[in-house]
Amino acid sequence: MTITEILSYGFIQRALVAGSLIAVLCAVLGVFLVLRRLSLIGDGLAHVTFGSVAIALFLRINPAIVTLAAIPLVLLSSFGILKLTDKARIYGDAAIGIVSSLGIACGVLLASVAGGFNIDLFSYLFGNILAIGTGDLVLALVLFTVVLLAVFFYYYDLVAITFDEELARTSGIRTRTINTVLVLLTALTVVLAMKLVGIMLISALLILPAVTALQVAVSFRATIMVAAMLAVGSVVVGIFGSFILNLPTGASIVVVNFIVFMLVFSGNKLRQAH
Amino acid sequence: MSLDMVATTELCFSYNGAEVLDKVTFHVRQGDYLGIVGPNGSGKSTLVKTLLGLNRPAHGTITLFGTPQEQFCDWQKIGYLPQRLKFFNPNFPATVEELVRLGLLAGKSFPKHRAKGDDAAVDETLEVMGITDIRKRLIGELSGGQQQRALLARAIVGRPELLIMDEPTTALDPETRERFYELLQLLNRERNTTVILVTHDTWSIGKYASRFLYIDKRVVFDGTFDQFCHSEEMTGFFGEHAQHIICHRH
Repeated sequence: MTITEILSYGFIQRALVAGSLIAVLCAVLGVFLVLRRLSLIGDGLAHVTFGSVAIALFLRINPAIVTLAAIPLVLLSSFGILKLTDKARIYGDAAIGIVSSLGIACGVLLASVAGGFNIDLFSYLFGNILAIGTGDLVLALVLFTVVLLAVFFYYYDLVAITFDEELARTSGIRTRTINTVLVLLTALTVVLAMKLVGIMLISALLILPAVTALQVAVSFRATIMVAAMLAVGSVVVGIFGSFILNLPTGASIVVVNFIVFMLVFSGNKLRQAH
Repeated sequence: MSLDMVATTELCFSYNGAEVLDKVTFHVRQGDYLGIVGPNGSGKSTLVKTLLGLNRPAHGTITLFGTPQEQFCDWQKIGYLPQRLKFFNPNFPATVEELVRLGLLAGKSFPKHRAKGDDAAVDETLEVMGITDIRKRLIGELSGGQQQRALLARAIVGRPELLIMDEPTTALDPETRERFYELLQLLNRERNTTVILVTHDTWSIGKYASRFLYIDKRVVFDGTFDQFCHSEEMTGFFGEHAQHIICHRH
C-alpha cells in the first residue's frame, strides 16, 4: 500500500492533523513541565481524565462529546492539585498522587457499577485513532490555538518561573497565576491527547520530546522548536507505522518517541566522547 | 534630604516558632552602599527575603521607595541577586543572553514581549559585565564566576535604582571576587545605584561599603565601618580581639 493510498483514508487524515496539533502542544508544555520537575502532572491529570470520562459515560453523555464533557472536571482537578500544594502544605508529587489515584478510583468504581461501558473506556485508556471524529478535530484546532496563544503571551513569564520561582517573584511576576496557567493548559492538552495515545501513555508524549530536545539544547527557544518538530515527526511515523504493521497507534507513537530519544542520547554521548 | 529606598520598623519574623528577626529597624538612603554582616543564622538572608516580599513578616512594617511593601509594584526599580538559586538546574537550556533578557521583565506590562531598546540594554550590560563573548553559551556550561556575572547582569540590565545581593561572591575565586566588588563600586558611584550587600566578607565591607549593619536577629550596630571599629560599645559586645580581627583583616 502506498503512502498516497494510506493518506486517502479519512480517519488517517484526521489522526495526522489532530496528532500533529497535539504533538506540538505536548512538546511545548513538556519542556516547561520537565524543567520544573512536574513531568508527572500529565500522568496525574490523565488518570483524572479517566475518572472524568467514566463519569461522562456513566451519565450516558453522547460519546461524540465525551472529550468536551471531561474538560471541566479535569480543569477542576488541576485546581485541586494546585490548592493541595499551596494550602495544605503537601509536596507537588504527593498532591498529584492523591488526585491521580482518586481519578482512577472513581473510574474503576463507576465502570464496575455501570458494567456496560468497559469497551469504550478501553479505547480511552490506550487510544483509538478510529475514534477521532470531525468534532474532535475542530476541538483540537480550537484548543491548539488557545494553548499556543497563551504560551505565546506568557512565554517570558513561563521561562522566568521555570528558571527560578523566587527570582521571578522579585521581578513582579505573579507566579501563582503563571503556575495556574501552566497547569490549566496541561489539563486541556491531556484531555485532547487521550483519543490519540490513550490515558495511559499521555505522559510519554509530554516527557519524551522535551527530554530529547534538552539533549541537544542550544537555547531555550531552540529547545522548544526542536521538541515540537521531534514530537510531530514521531506522531507521523507512529501513525503510519502502526497502520502498515497493524499495531496499536498510541503505543507505536510512544515507542517511536523513545527510539528517537535513544538515538539522540547516544549520538550526543558519542559526540561528547570525541 | 534623599529618599529612603528601604525602611523597616520593628520587623519581626519567626520560622516554626523560632524567632529569626527581632524588631529590626533600619533604613537605606539613595546612593548608600550598605553592607549587612552577621554570624551564621543571624537572619541576614531572611531579612533580605522579607524585604523582597518572599517572606511575610510576623510584625512590623517595610516600605520600598516610600510605598508599603505589600502595595509595591515598581519591581523594575529593584535588582536582586540571591545567594544561590533555590532549584538551580545545570541542564536549564537558556543562553546567557536569554537569562539576562529575563531581567527586563519587571518593567513590562502584559503581554511581556521584546521591546525597542531591549537589545541595546542587553548588549550594553553584557559589555559592562565582560561576558559578551559567552552570550550564546548555555548557563549550565559556565564556571561559577561566569554564572554569577550572568546573574548579576540579569539583575542590573533594567538599570535598577536599588541592587540587593545575598552573599554573591561565595562561589568566586579571590581575583574574580575583587573584580566583582569593583564592578559594584562602579555601579554605586557612576550610576548612583543603591547597594545592599549581605556578606561574610568584612574585608569587602571595610573597603567598599559606605555603611555597615551588623545583625544578630536584631540590629547590633548601624553606622560606618570606621565607627564600628572605634566603638567602645562594640568592643564590649565582641571583645577587643574579635573586633580587631573584623576591623584589621584588610
